[in-house]
Amino acid sequence: MAIKSHVQTTINGETVEFLCESRQSLLEVLRDELHLTGAKEGCNNGNCGACSVILDGRLVNSCLVLGVETEGKSVETIEGLAAPDKLHPIQDAFLENAALQCGICTPGFIMSTKALLDSNPNPTEHEIRYWLAGNLCRCTGYDKIVRAVQDAAKASA
Amino acid sequence: MQAFEYIAARTVPEAVALLDEKGEKARILAGGTDLIVQVREARRDVDWMIDIKAIPEVNVLAYDAEAGLTLGAAVPCYQIYAEADICDAYPGIIDATKIIGGTAIQGRAGVGGNLCNASPAADCIPPLIVLNATCVIAGPNGERDIPVEAFCTSPGQTALEKGEMLVALKIPAPQNNSSSFYLRFIPRNEMDIAVVGAGASVTLDDAKQTIVSARIALAAVAPTPLFAEEASALLAGRELSDEAIDAAAQAAQAIARPISDMRGTAEQRTHLVGVLTRRALNGAIQRVLDA
Ligand code: FES
Ligand code: FES
Repeated sequence: MAIKSHVQTTINGETVEFLCESRQSLLEVLRDELHLTGAKEGCNNGNCGACSVILDGRLVNSCLVLGVETEGKSVETIEGLAAPDKLHPIQDAFLENAALQCGICTPGFIMSTKALLDSNPNPTEHEIRYWLAGNLCRCTGYDKIVRAVQDAAKASA
Repeated sequence: MQAFEYIAARTVPEAVALLDEKGEKARILAGGTDLIVQVREARRDVDWMIDIKAIPEVNVLAYDAEAGLTLGAAVPCYQIYAEADICDAYPGIIDATKIIGGTAIQGRAGVGGNLCNASPAADCIPPLIVLNATCVIAGPNGERDIPVEAFCTSPGQTALEKGEMLVALKIPAPQNNSSSFYLRFIPRNEMDIAVVGAGASVTLDDAKQTIVSARIALAAVAPTPLFAEEASALLAGRELSDEAIDAAAQAAQAIARPISDMRGTAEQRTHLVGVLTRRALNGAIQRVLDA
């Protein structure tokens, strides 16, 4: 039985404690230990962005972060985005633009968009496409996603 | 993924002592974007991961117009390209840090890790070579420095001895009328691994007509990134001209010994060395002319 470490971190503004093995990724901790299943596992190797979360203000692939590395850090996931009775403007923009089909890539795209607009509220199309290059979608097509990001930027302006 | 022990080291001596004690199955964890995947895919056998991100020395990012740049081994890419003076002084490094993976990778991956991973195709290594970077290495017997072109010894292997770790990279201050450039060929627009990469640095005379010195380095055309020493030397003292650039590009092609694999054939790679060397040199020269 592998040894588990005790980790205390902040997730979506709340202090959370969990036990995990060193080999468990942040993605596994979120999904399997904390039952926050919004972040998805696509590739598990850093290529698809389905697992994107924000760690201490930076966009990261949670499949490439160890759960134990988050001690004392702050994690933002898709679950923390919407208010209880109201979607976040980025979520609205994705819906209005039909920027999702199966939806497995969507939490990653939305967290990536959040990190983009937090750092650059008025990105050009070029900047949007490069920023989102690490998020793959196999069904919607990127034009609708890019338009959703542009609308979300306008809505937050 | 195999089970391993995670240890967050607080000081360089602590990390060195752990590396020395645990031996080959201990590995330094910085950004983790290569290491975690390698362990998960059973490509590296690791029993101890030593996280160095809490060690002050590996997080240093300090630029001074006289002393140059100290770049801690764990500084992630996004922090580097966020610094305007570093972007101005070392554009070749910036070219590389902006194309390693996507945004989320650049939030964790750093130049030091890219170097220690020792991939022949590593984008950061050619710019480090052309910028004369020195590796600051700590080990059980103290500190030593080696030039970056001597760091990688074969794919995935480095000059680090038992118990040693990379602490920082030091890059001299840029000379007047100098600049650098890095580019790679990939079949996509982003998120890919170099089929070939080429970096160049040039220093021009005050009239900006003659090349005082130049350095050229290549990725993905040999078991390690290469310093194209002869090609670089050919340019010293030459007036700016297409002929001078072509001669250097041909000399760079002569040292490439690429393999054929899923990314490209040896023939294509050799051709690309010529094309990319010309573009890297012209890119660096143009930056001097535009400054
Ligand atoms: S699951 Fe993490 S990048 Fe694909
Ligand atoms: S909506 Fe299906 S992968 Fe993007």
